[in-house]
Amino acid sequence: MAETDYLYTEGLSVGYHGVPLIQDIALSLKKGEILTLIGPNGAGKTTILKSLIKQLEPLGGVVCLDGQEMKTMSGKELSKKLSVVLTERVKPELMSCEDVVATGRYPYTGRFGVLSKQDHKIVREAMELVHIMELADRDFQKTSDGQKQRVMLARAICQEPDIIVLDEPTSFLDMKYKLEFLSILQNMSRNRNLSVVMSLHELDLAGRISDKIACVKGDRIDRFGTPEEIFSKGYMKELYRMTTGDYDERTGNLELEAVKGEPKVFVLSGNGSGTAVYRRLQREGVPFVAGVLWENDLDYPSARALAVEVVSVRPFCRIEEETLKRAKALIDKCDKVIGTIKAEDMGEFYRELKELEEYAKGKLQKEQI
Amino acid sequence: MRRSRYGIAYIILILLVLILLAVNICAGSVQVPFSDVWKILGGQKADAVFADIVLKIRFPRALAAAILGGGLALSGYLLQTFFHNPIAGPFILGISSGAKLIVALVMVAALGRAVQLSSLTLILAAFIGAMISMGFVLLMSRVMEQMSMLIVSGVMIGYICTAITDFVVTFADDADIVNLHNWSKGSFSGISWENVLVMSIVIFLTTFCVFLLSKPISAYQMGESYAQNMGLNIRVFRALLVLLSSVLSACVTAFAGPVSFVGIAVPHLAKSLFGTAKPICMIPGCFLGGAAFCLFCDLLARVVFAPTELSISTVTAIFGAPVVIFIMVRKKKERG
Repeated sequence: MAETDYLYTEGLSVGYHGVPLIQDIALSLKKGEILTLIGPNGAGKTTILKSLIKQLEPLGGVVCLDGQEMKTMSGKELSKKLSVVLTERVKPELMSCEDVVATGRYPYTGRFGVLSKQDHKIVREAMELVHIMELADRDFQKTSDGQKQRVMLARAICQEPDIIVLDEPTSFLDMKYKLEFLSILQNMSRNRNLSVVMSLHELDLAGRISDKIACVKGDRIDRFGTPEEIFSKGYMKELYRMTTGDYDERTGNLELEAVKGEPKVFVLSGNGSGTAVYRRLQREGVPFVAGVLWENDLDYPSARALAVEVVSVRPFCRIEEETLKRAKALIDKCDKVIGTIKAEDMGEFYRELKELEEYAKGKLQKEQI
Repeated sequence: MRRSRYGIAYIILILLVLILLAVNICAGSVQVPFSDVWKILGGQKADAVFADIVLKIRFPRALAAAILGGGLALSGYLLQTFFHNPIAGPFILGISSGAKLIVALVMVAALGRAVQLSSLTLILAAFIGAMISMGFVLLMSRVMEQMSMLIVSGVMIGYICTAITDFVVTFADDADIVNLHNWSKGSFSGISWENVLVMSIVIFLTTFCVFLLSKPISAYQMGESYAQNMGLNIRVFRALLVLLSSVLSACVTAFAGPVSFVGIAVPHLAKSLFGTAKPICMIPGCFLGGAAFCLFCDLLARVVFAPTELSISTVTAIFGAPVVIFIMVRKKKERG
């Protein structure tokens, strides 16, 4: 709880109807930082966000914004500091997208909510920032979910907040707009010192954009820290209670469940040439082994996730006799060996692999893609 | 572009109200030429019978139809905002019927003791009734997730209140029962100048308050979570909406009994006419629209089968109910 924290919580406990769902939440965020909540569905990310924006009474503890306890702030004060993009469906009748964006000016307009020239200018600027000028005159209700989401971001921006809270903002967006949406947030955090708190389902994106990540698990914040601290080996599988498949924290590689059983195929692969074959074998339900792979090989994460066994070598080391022996033993067990390494990759270190190729001879089938 | 559309819409509505006012005063079982009406209203000498008809009967009645119609449409608009539902209205949610029930009880009790009731007492009684029904509807809205179910429960409350009212009216033994009977079916007849004065004060004051709420209403249209983030105090605002819409529909019921469908049809028509749902346009727009709609319906109620008079709800239902069906069909289409 440093002096400079723009938003922080202390011993916050949140929930509905007096029943605490998540307790002892201690989060903190400086100006210009991005905080992302991750965690499985139903973990209570939305509940936490609602408590941070004063829409849900905390069951205990405090939320402080800009050095002031949120409980003591009036709705109007808060609305000039904090804006939101929520999952709630908005169905405004007969409103153009520009009208919807303009509702963000609400805290700044007079008694009858008439927009000044300055207000119109800010609305236009926000729309340009989010690249939705072409939607300005379209009926909001007739736009797609992705477009609506961007309109709501523009709305939140033109409220001129110091902090934006977003609940799963990228859920309805395709890849292009996901990146564009998050880039806008990143630029605003860098250039305008905007703080951002959001929940995301995309772990890879969360790891890239966030300054801090909080993991919601069970009735507490299990981890809170920088992406490097959070994405430790095997943690995501634990956080999401994944019982099938595999997630690799370093590469963000996500694989379906491996096929178990006696291996039928040996995939002699490397330099990214094998992954497609591993996945095909997984789809066909064929148990296989992969090798010989250096642990820093492109194929290594998916091989680890999908193969019954991976014959591997430590990075930057030569293949030792012991490793070759194991590989030969596995080739003996398999009915088929698939060689995927491309000719141009067969450099100096290929010597030992060449030996394996010759050993497999009759079973070898080249599949150089 | 938009501004000029709003301007044209207002001009159309104002002209419509003025023309209908004039026609309502002239037309009836006794036709009064417009030139005579002009003379009478100007304080000049004219036929004494005509003067009586115009000043004592038709003019206050037409004014009442306009004012109460406006209030009713506005009440509907507020309820639609409150429930985020285009087919909410004071009649369909049983609020008018609740008001009617308490007014009928008070009237019967007063008739039994030969007490004269003031307009304000009637409004107060109607307001209590409206709040009781509104309380039920609000309780229901907590239990009922689906809006259609809320409407159905409102209709049921309406039926119960109407049944009890009919029961009370049937067994009340007084000559005035004929009047009471007419009133309980909805009618603008028998309005005095004193009534007009009281209803103007109540309705215009409430309308003014509603107009002051136009900015919060626009925030509320974005949904509660966003409205709250815009700095709106949801609890206070919701309470105000309930209060104001109940006052409006109570006042109407106290003087004209339950009038159906105006509260739903007029806001919808006004939205189409203006091409917007912005409260700052819709509040005056609904008021004018409701005034024109009720003037028109009251004219038909009086003239079509003259000298027999139809109840006002009969006529408003003919024009209002199709609008409701239209809204529902369109809503279904949008979803599907």
